[in-house]
Amino acid sequence: MTHQGFPWLDLMIFAPAAGALVIAFIPGRSRNLIRSVALASAVATFALSMVVLAGFHTGEAGFQEGSVMRWVPQWNVHYATGIDGISLWMVIATTFMMPVSIMTAWNMQDRLKGYVALLLLTQTGILGVFCSLDMFLFYLFWETTLVPLYFLIGMWGGRRRLYATVKFFLYTLAGSLIMLGAIFYLYFAHQPPTFSYTALLGTPLGMGAQLLLFLGFFASFAIKTPLIPLHTWLPDAHEAAPRWGSVDVALTLFKLGPYGFIRFAIPFFPDAARTMAPVIVGMALAGIIYAAAVAIVQRDLKRLVAYSTVAHLGFIGLGIFVGTVTALNGSVLQWANQAISTGALFVLIAFLQQRLDTRMIPDMSGLAARMPLLSGLFLVFALSSLGLPGLNNFIGEFLILVGSFASGYRWWAVIGTFGTVLAAVYLLWAYQRAFHGPVGGVAEREVRDLRPREVAMLAPALAAMVLIGFYPQAFITRIQPSAAKVVKQMHSSVLPSSRSTAGLP
Amino acid sequence: MESFSHAPLYAQLAPIVIGLPLLGATILLVAGRRVGRASGALASTLLSIAFVLGVVSFFGVTGHGSQIHLWSWVPLLGFHTGVDLNVDPLAIVMVLVVTGVGALIHWYSLGYMAGDPGYPRFFAYMNLFAASMLLLVLADNVLLLYVGWEGVGLCSYLLIGFWFERPSAAHAAKKAFFVNRIGDFAFLAGIFVLAASLGTLSIPRIDASVSGGMTSGLATVAALLLFAGATAKSAQIPLYVWLLDAMEGPTPVSALIHAATMVTAGVYLIARVHPVFEFGAASLDVVMWIGILTALLAAILGAFEYDIKRVLAYSTVSQIGYMIAADGLSSYSTGIFHLAMHAFFKALLFLGAGAVMHALADELDMRRMGGLRRVMPVTAGTFLIAALAISGIFPLSGFWSKDAILAAAWAQGQYAIWAIGLAAAFLTAFYMFRLYFRVFEGPSHVQEDLHPHEAPRIMTVPLVILGFLSVVGGALNVPGNDALERFLDPVLGAPAAPGAVTDAILSAVAVAVAVIGIGTAWGLYMAPAADARRAALEHRFAVLVHVARRKFYVDELYGYAFVLPGKRLAMWFDSLVDARIFDGAVNGIAAMLSGSGEQIRRLQTGFVRSYAAVFLFGVMVIFTVLILRVAVT
Repeated sequence: MTHQGFPWLDLMIFAPAAGALVIAFIPGRSRNLIRSVALASAVATFALSMVVLAGFHTGEAGFQEGSVMRWVPQWNVHYATGIDGISLWMVIATTFMMPVSIMTAWNMQDRLKGYVALLLLTQTGILGVFCSLDMFLFYLFWETTLVPLYFLIGMWGGRRRLYATVKFFLYTLAGSLIMLGAIFYLYFAHQPPTFSYTALLGTPLGMGAQLLLFLGFFASFAIKTPLIPLHTWLPDAHEAAPRWGSVDVALTLFKLGPYGFIRFAIPFFPDAARTMAPVIVGMALAGIIYAAAVAIVQRDLKRLVAYSTVAHLGFIGLGIFVGTVTALNGSVLQWANQAISTGALFVLIAFLQQRLDTRMIPDMSGLAARMPLLSGLFLVFALSSLGLPGLNNFIGEFLILVGSFASGYRWWAVIGTFGTVLAAVYLLWAYQRAFHGPVGGVAEREVRDLRPREVAMLAPALAAMVLIGFYPQAFITRIQPSAAKVVKQMHSSVLPSSRSTAGLP
Repeated sequence: MESFSHAPLYAQLAPIVIGLPLLGATILLVAGRRVGRASGALASTLLSIAFVLGVVSFFGVTGHGSQIHLWSWVPLLGFHTGVDLNVDPLAIVMVLVVTGVGALIHWYSLGYMAGDPGYPRFFAYMNLFAASMLLLVLADNVLLLYVGWEGVGLCSYLLIGFWFERPSAAHAAKKAFFVNRIGDFAFLAGIFVLAASLGTLSIPRIDASVSGGMTSGLATVAALLLFAGATAKSAQIPLYVWLLDAMEGPTPVSALIHAATMVTAGVYLIARVHPVFEFGAASLDVVMWIGILTALLAAILGAFEYDIKRVLAYSTVSQIGYMIAADGLSSYSTGIFHLAMHAFFKALLFLGAGAVMHALADELDMRRMGGLRRVMPVTAGTFLIAALAISGIFPLSGFWSKDAILAAAWAQGQYAIWAIGLAAAFLTAFYMFRLYFRVFEGPSHVQEDLHPHEAPRIMTVPLVILGFLSVVGGALNVPGNDALERFLDPVLGAPAAPGAVTDAILSAVAVAVAVIGIGTAWGLYMAPAADARRAALEHRFAVLVHVARRKFYVDELYGYAFVLPGKRLAMWFDSLVDARIFDGAVNGIAAMLSGSGEQIRRLQTGFVRSYAAVFLFGVMVIFTVLILRVAVT
């Protein structure tokens, strides 16, 4: 067993699962204790991630702070973890948002125990995906994220939950199985067979094999990004997700596709990635425009925001495959940004639904007059989401777009930029209909504005938005070395004939 | 680039100038309700202090000024972009306009907004606007400028929609944001071009390196993209349509944002990066023609409008057209001169209109006014001064600044531009005095139950100050003592000007045209038998009048050409492509499986629950084994 110093990172990964384990032994009627333990473990996880951040060496491109130990020696399986500039902020965004996810369910009555336990389990799964350096371990965590969410939607979900869960399961499981096949192929392609991520890097593969394997990983990652046309499970999952909002927050963290592309699909199969890049850039751009257009005409606020995330993830996909460091920096940062801003929007929608028993825009009018706090916060997060400069999303989108413009995809980047216009259209038009105008519809009832506890829940997200907007330097300098390494890998070759790295652009 | 501690005092004041209104906005947004009635005084005081600091800076700044580095911001494409400020003469002139006119309008609002339930929120947005606008004019790099640029757009959105319960206000706010976003889309693309080809976004460095760093063709592309952004923000053809609806906002907002400051940001932007436009010279022709045609078009539309605020809105569009044309003529300091003078007299006109609305329970239709001079002498007097100034009557401020633009056109041999400008000047004098006569002179058409009265002192004092500035402001830059121009020369270069004799003749012609315009308005609205004469004219040109009153159907055209097809396409995506095509195959399988799932549920309702428990247990076992293995090995 080897690790550098105390295994804070591993402790962090398993802290939520430990919380779930404790909760499993608490009687279901002790709601206070259950939710306290759940929140405590989520907050402890965040604290641990801050320790990880404090120990992180800025300027290093490689993996840090992890552990390696033998696990199943017969199969050459290791427990291997580590964190780098790619995963750092994804991990922290996850630990940052999960307490919010737990707290939205604070007043929940219905089977609270199973609900928070599954949420915590999801978190361990997501953190594990980001930190695994062994393909077997990675796959285990990958599946761990899938199953609890399936049950959360299936057992606590709303309208159309059966349809949504089956679709969710089919889509993500199908993708996972194809990827599993690719992982095994890779395992045997190496001599001796290994699941070790670092050992597998640079495994020589012919173009045919690369393309096949790339597509194997791509299937899973494209679904989990999601890229269009593989996105339709997401709006349905959000629509059916429990009204408490926790699962919606978790779903914004469940978008593991971009990480998979950056960590596995590109470094393992760079030649295939370069070949396929124009297609994926095209899909990403189509997603930016198409999903935004569909978002405009949604009547359910949650579906609207769900489609907006498909558009946001289109930006992230664009930034990954244009192959410049600036754009990749942007994509990594933007992943954290969407988790914060979109997550907060979903929480606010949950607050609305708890008060109004509806999420349908046509039912609402003039809410701003009745709930100034909720409306104000909704507007701020919407503005962040539509990329208002000074807030977080602008930085991410700008880096992606200017980085794309400086690549070979110059004028494609301009098409992507039009997505920022559409984002304003769908968010502000929805805002106008629901929050502006004369008080009417459900707003005529007795409605309560946000309680101080609810405002306090979102205050950290608000602060993070402004911090990233005006001081992104602190975030980007930690991403940059690892991003530069990935871009270098993308422009190298693992074809058996030419093991040398190709020239950088 | 200097660090804050090494910068000269006048530059060190700049971040404080931005910080004061930002502080006010933050306090009022967080604790506005607790501050309550004191909100207005707090916001106005902070901005007034900022103005005083701006004056101190003004006396310190010389030459190219000083650039200060506050903190590193975004690293991109191998270079760094900082939160850096560029404190040079041009920026300081803008700072004085924004804080000076801004503070006056803030104080005026204490009276105008008194009693409004959203009083603290109003001043929070106003201070936020001032901070954003100051960031816009002081930003050292285009990206930071863009932060201010969208920041003012946001405040514009918030303040147009200030009375959001009115559907028309909510609609107008959204429309303003959308149209500006279209412009900003082009602006962003322009920034990409500059960043990718020059490797810097710092304005002084762009200005210095553009001719060596990119081809003239690419510079033209960049310039036109930036200009497209300017057409939205500064309400020029073809993106001027939002400004009319923006009049839904409270009148002080119209005065500050939609007349004096924000809408002139495009003029400022072009002047700021003028070397890009000069190098991509073809772009300047586009700028010049768009500007002057906008000046004419808006003046025509303004002559047919009955809503007093909308007349002033058209007038603003038209006057900014002159400034943009000045930019297009490479007479940047002339454009900035007119910008400053316009800030005085147009803010005054709007605040005067606000005083009238205040007196008449928010009446806007000039046909239900008249004779107000007798009850509102201060408002009427200052309004008359502003009307004379904008009409270009010697020796008021507007005479000097507008004359300088027309003279620049003549001096460059752009006689067509000069002639169109002159025609627009005639219309300006006409619509302005049509408005003045109908509102302040003649018989009263005020509704009987209203009892108009002069505005309170807190509102009339700003009117008098702005009136004074509208009279003497021109002295800043009269031929022979062109102080402003020489102050701006290091940044903007010297504009072309005709010889003294030519200039005098041109001035005389311009004044004569303005007088004819005023006379025409008198003839159609004040003279004996004016009504009959007007009716005859309207009858003869019935079609033209009809089309002009419908704003040449431009809103309808945009609706049918862009908005409606866009909406149709989106609905088609949603209901057909997403639901039928992308989901088609999946749905088949899913429907099959969810059907069987339903059956299982009916058989055994506890199924899912027990499955979850088993799963949870399984995962726990795996992790426990894993942890144990770790502990053992």
